[in-house]
Amino acid sequence: MAADPVTGAAPAKAALWRRPVFRSTVFQVLLILGVVAVANYLFTNTLQNLEQRGISTGFGFLSNEAGFGIVQSLIDYDETYTFGRTFLVGLLNTLLVSGLGIILATMIGFVMGVARLSKNWLIARIATVYIETFRNIPLLLQILFWYFAVLQPLPRPKQSLELGEMFFLNNRGFYHPVPVFEQGFNLVFAAIVVAVISIVFLARWAHRRQEETGQPFHTVYVSLAILFGLPLLVFLVMGSPMSWDYPALKGFNFTGGGVVIPELMSLLLALSIYTGSFIAEAVRSGILAVSHGQTEAAHALGLRAGPTLRLVIIPQAMRVIIPQLTSQYLNLTKNSSLATAVGYPDLVAVFAGTTLNQTGQAVEVIAMTMGVYLTISLSISTFMNWYNKKKQLVER
Amino acid sequence: MNSAAGDMDAFVQPHFLKNLILTSTRGNNRTMKKIVLATSALAFCAAVSTTAFAGATLDAVKKKGFLQCGVTTGLPGFSSPDDKGNWTGLDVDTCRAVAAAVFGDAQKVKFTPLTAKERFTALQSGEIDILSRNTTWTLTRDSSLGLNFAGVNYYDGQGFLVSKNLGVKSALELDGASFCIQAGTTTELNLADYFRANKMAYTPITFDTSDETSKAFDAGRCDALTSDQSQLYALRIKLKNPDGAMVLPEVISKEPLGPVVRQGDDEWFNIVRWTLFAMLNAEEYGVTSENVDKMAASSKDPNILRLLGQSGIKGQGLQLSDTWAASIIKQVGNYGEMFERNVGQGSALKISRGLNALWSKGGIQYGPPVR
Ligand SMILES: N[C@@H](CCC(=O)N[C@@H](CS)C(=O)NCC(=O)O)C(=O)O
Repeated sequence: MAADPVTGAAPAKAALWRRPVFRSTVFQVLLILGVVAVANYLFTNTLQNLEQRGISTGFGFLSNEAGFGIVQSLIDYDETYTFGRTFLVGLLNTLLVSGLGIILATMIGFVMGVARLSKNWLIARIATVYIETFRNIPLLLQILFWYFAVLQPLPRPKQSLELGEMFFLNNRGFYHPVPVFEQGFNLVFAAIVVAVISIVFLARWAHRRQEETGQPFHTVYVSLAILFGLPLLVFLVMGSPMSWDYPALKGFNFTGGGVVIPELMSLLLALSIYTGSFIAEAVRSGILAVSHGQTEAAHALGLRAGPTLRLVIIPQAMRVIIPQLTSQYLNLTKNSSLATAVGYPDLVAVFAGTTLNQTGQAVEVIAMTMGVYLTISLSISTFMNWYNKKKQLVER
Repeated sequence: MNSAAGDMDAFVQPHFLKNLILTSTRGNNRTMKKIVLATSALAFCAAVSTTAFAGATLDAVKKKGFLQCGVTTGLPGFSSPDDKGNWTGLDVDTCRAVAAAVFGDAQKVKFTPLTAKERFTALQSGEIDILSRNTTWTLTRDSSLGLNFAGVNYYDGQGFLVSKNLGVKSALELDGASFCIQAGTTTELNLADYFRANKMAYTPITFDTSDETSKAFDAGRCDALTSDQSQLYALRIKLKNPDGAMVLPEVISKEPLGPVVRQGDDEWFNIVRWTLFAMLNAEEYGVTSENVDKMAASSKDPNILRLLGQSGIKGQGLQLSDTWAASIIKQVGNYGEMFERNVGQGSALKISRGLNALWSKGGIQYGPPVR
């Protein structure tokens, strides 16, 4: 055991209860016990009182038949499935819109953030106008704008805008063909996996080669060639084991193919454009935080503007950007619950809305819903913290 | 816990909750409000015990001096605010009648607009004293939400509203159609049942408020709008072109709509239930808002005299004043007057009495004897 750093005395001399480590541990354990006890008291007491009031409690309702339909589901669902299933349907719809939103917002944000710093006056102005406009209009209004002002006025199914009898756009959504995989397509999937793995190795090899010899390698082009070439080759060898299912107008609506409903489109557009404007500002501030000397040094070494940005500025800017990016991702995910405004069936609309109302079990349903958002948020921030650490260690 | 409950009650009754709850319910605040409602339901339930419940609502209502009544966010004929913020409608008048019975003043009501999804939590948490919001009486709601249905102020059934140029004459032709509906309603469930039973496909597009629902229908997001039939007539007059839409003949469900109160307060339950019965009895005996004073002074009919508090038990059992029923009739009218003014021939909706006629006139509205 180490000696006490302040007094220099050996710790064994102090009585057990005087040792700081021991005391702080005891207090922390007591605190945790206290919190757990209070939470437990509140929870059991609530359930007990609800029961006395004649309000159903417990999680038994999750296995009862739901009895209502949901417009969009990533897994099999109809009204004969259970309330538990509605939870999954809502959860997946939330993950879908948040996941896509995060990807789109990041792309928009990086492009616009860099564009705002562009030397080209017009590009910089466009980016500024975009950022200042969308950052300052409340998100709910933007969602309603896309839904009611842009997507609803589209033509009705019979007058759909179409592209080559494959893609149709009307006020019920965007209809597109979906691939139908036939026997033998598994090998194509396998080829994709193989391609991805080999690209990873290729990138490592290229990196090492550059470190050792200073010779760059066109990783991007070769990777793209592998990614598309290999599966395509297998696909052709297997005799094209795939067909397309095209949407077609039948009765009132299009059937067949796939559809992106306008509720999803408006929510996704609003979330990614809104959050993108914040990310753009984070990117700009990150880039500005890298001292101009870095750019000058890079130029002096003969790097052109593109590689300077990619290899020198962005990696250093990332350290400033990532923490802000994390909070924007969290915001986007939580903001996706505004879905109810346009009837997109996310977790809040389907589960904390309809299911709560049809079962009346507010406490259980809200607790589950809060648990989900907490878990999603904690996972995002854990991942981003890990990523941040990794980025910071690159520092030399 | 039980012994402390009496003291805790003072904290947890509506005053405390009201401060927590935002009064504005539209737009941005909706999600916020739901969270507040749910949280306050939790806080409410965690702190109070049941024994303190009986009689609590009447006392609390009297103490604060007005009735807090949960209504729709706007549905012509049932509950809708005019441009000055005055609420009118059948469900609104039901609340006014309760206020007339309790205070002798039908104006002592404040209204809380609620979406279908919010309504039960609002009542459970004590934000409102009575829910009068075209709410269907079902087994689940009556038995597992800790609520009681006090009666039926409108017998309804679910129907379909379609655009005329869809060229559809019957709901059975709607295979593959999409439907605008409101979340958290029996409508959602009946629609699923009906299409399952008839082996037809459908797409539900679910919105929070009737406003969003009818706007989406107007914009052609869905082929049909489905809801209780009375509400279809009400929503139809709000469309851009009401004549371009029609109600299909099918009625696919039973929707007895009525006021709801919290379970466990029998005294309050009786007051609401007998407010309705008093209005039905008044219509049956021909007592109207116009002739009620004259009847009280000069009628010879013992039924009328008992109803108007001139003889018999009067208001005692309900712990109300002797003229409770007379106040209702004078200020709100009898059931028939209330019906015609809001949804019947005196209104834009022009709905005929149908099932809502008195039992003696071919309907099923029936008030037990006042004696
Ligand atoms: N009676 C049904 C449906 C009631 C209902 O909410 N109907 C809609 C018609 S679209 C409504 O009144 N909405 C008015 C509002 O949300 O303010 C139930 O109790 O579930």
